[in-house]
Amino acid sequence: MLNYKNHQEKLEKIKSGEISLSENVKHFLKNIEANKKLNAFNFVFSEDALKDAELIETKIKSSSSCGKLAGMVIAIKDVLALKDKPLTCSSKILKDFVSLYNATAINKLKEQDAIIIGKTSCDEFAMGSSNENSAFGPVLNPVDPSRVPGGSSGGSAVAVASECCDAALGTDTGGSIRQPAAFCGVFGLKPTYGRVSRFGLTAFASSFDSIGPFTNNVEDASLILEVISGKDCLDSTSADIPVPDFQKLLDDVNLASGDYNGKPRIGIPKEYFGQGLNPEIRESIENLIGKLKTSGFEVKEISLPHTEYSIATYYILTTAEASSNLARYDGARYGYRSSESHNLKQMYTLSRSEGFGKEVKRRIMLGTYVLSAGYYDAYYKKAQKVRRLLKNDFDNAFSEVDLILTPTTPSTAFKIGEKSSDPLEMYLNDIYTTSANLAGIPGINIPIATSSEGLPIGLQLMANQFNETALLKMSYYIQKNLL
Amino acid sequence: MPVSKKDVEHIAELAKLSFEESEIESFTGDLNEILSYVEKLNELNTDNVEPLSYPIPGQNVFRDDISTPSASTQEALKNAPDKDESFFKVPKVINMD
Repeated sequence: MLNYKNHQEKLEKIKSGEISLSENVKHFLKNIEANKKLNAFNFVFSEDALKDAELIETKIKSSSSCGKLAGMVIAIKDVLALKDKPLTCSSKILKDFVSLYNATAINKLKEQDAIIIGKTSCDEFAMGSSNENSAFGPVLNPVDPSRVPGGSSGGSAVAVASECCDAALGTDTGGSIRQPAAFCGVFGLKPTYGRVSRFGLTAFASSFDSIGPFTNNVEDASLILEVISGKDCLDSTSADIPVPDFQKLLDDVNLASGDYNGKPRIGIPKEYFGQGLNPEIRESIENLIGKLKTSGFEVKEISLPHTEYSIATYYILTTAEASSNLARYDGARYGYRSSESHNLKQMYTLSRSEGFGKEVKRRIMLGTYVLSAGYYDAYYKKAQKVRRLLKNDFDNAFSEVDLILTPTTPSTAFKIGEKSSDPLEMYLNDIYTTSANLAGIPGINIPIATSSEGLPIGLQLMANQFNETALLKMSYYIQKNLL
Repeated sequence: MPVSKKDVEHIAELAKLSFEESEIESFTGDLNEILSYVEKLNELNTDNVEPLSYPIPGQNVFRDDISTPSASTQEALKNAPDKDESFFKVPKVINMD
């Protein structure tokens, strides 16, 4: 067990000498070793982390100007670039690739004196909902190793849940932070699209991809978001919108009176509570809604009428974007090249066919098909139009309410192998999470309960674009008062 | 409109992927299952709906045309599967036959 409840307390205890940062890092490294069978890490940087711990501990104790994340031990998903370290995307095609630079989000973590302890496994190129698609083997759920941890950022969720680090970065294209957070029982925050620069993030679906944190508490998620957010000239889609002092805003939640200024209105979309929702999850969510009502929150039923079309829209658009983005892996300048490359066409085709795994190929094929001559209008353009309708649903909803509350997943963590033979069934597991990516809005998983089998149950809150403030304040209130 | 094995072979050619015969069959099945699911979108009338390609408003981003440092040749060649002193090396492109 860690003897601090959040980063602020950790920092104070390091300053006072109650915690040794080096010992703390050693504790995490020991846990990583003890949990090796869970396969959460692709790479562990023991020496770097211990060296950083010494330097940063000195800095914390000797000066008042240490970074906001000084001494926070963070694991990062292996789709983010860390200079001079491997970047594999859990794919054979990038097995030996070494990054030339840092992703902007990683630079920002380092500038604030965070310690990077390792790179975590994920579904290959972040394509999957179970972390079974890694070229380096599946990741197991620490709560029950016969079950999946969720995906695609399964390794990051497991690293936090099994106490191998303070926090982790993941990426979320259709639920890849929120769903594994729900399956492993930790907090997982997907920010607004554009809030965090994507520079140095290996592209999957460029109009969907978001970087965000996994943590044990809302305070740390707020702090990390504040650090990694902001306009970046290296990503022209990053938003030029002021980044609030998220952590300070949490103080507005007046805990003594269980109240805070400007209580948000909460919407419950009826479409998220239909058939297919696990009864225990339904009960836990309804239970929490009851508590919110008792605490004086305005809770009302709303409708997001196009919800049933989100998965179809999502898979057309993301596979189309992926088929273009992954065209760069051709065996010419970096990555795997087939030894049978005797002419240029063989080099392209064999390197790609031998280097990519099955799910990645399936999505490249679907994406290529929906973009091909004769089908572009019927599939791709049609899906872009439905994306507009889905976005309009949220615009309408947020004219009535400030937050939307739903389950994060329709089921708890499923068994390894249970859904891997049926791609469509696997895709449907993202039913409650893809809409936020289609609309570009932020969402968070809050672990609220465990099932009768002892498996974590997650609640999802969503807010309007760039309204992470409302999202985090409400999450903090729930964490403090209702769990 | 069901996808045939021949269609799948054509898409594979476009995507620069090659498959075993058995894989072609399984991909044909998968694609048909997924495509028949996404047909669902045709239930919606979208005649007067503008396509949405980016979730947040975008605008042109201009900057002054000033060069800034980038990776050196040696650095850029670091991950090359094959290279000589300052070039990426690839199999012969022009066939003289």
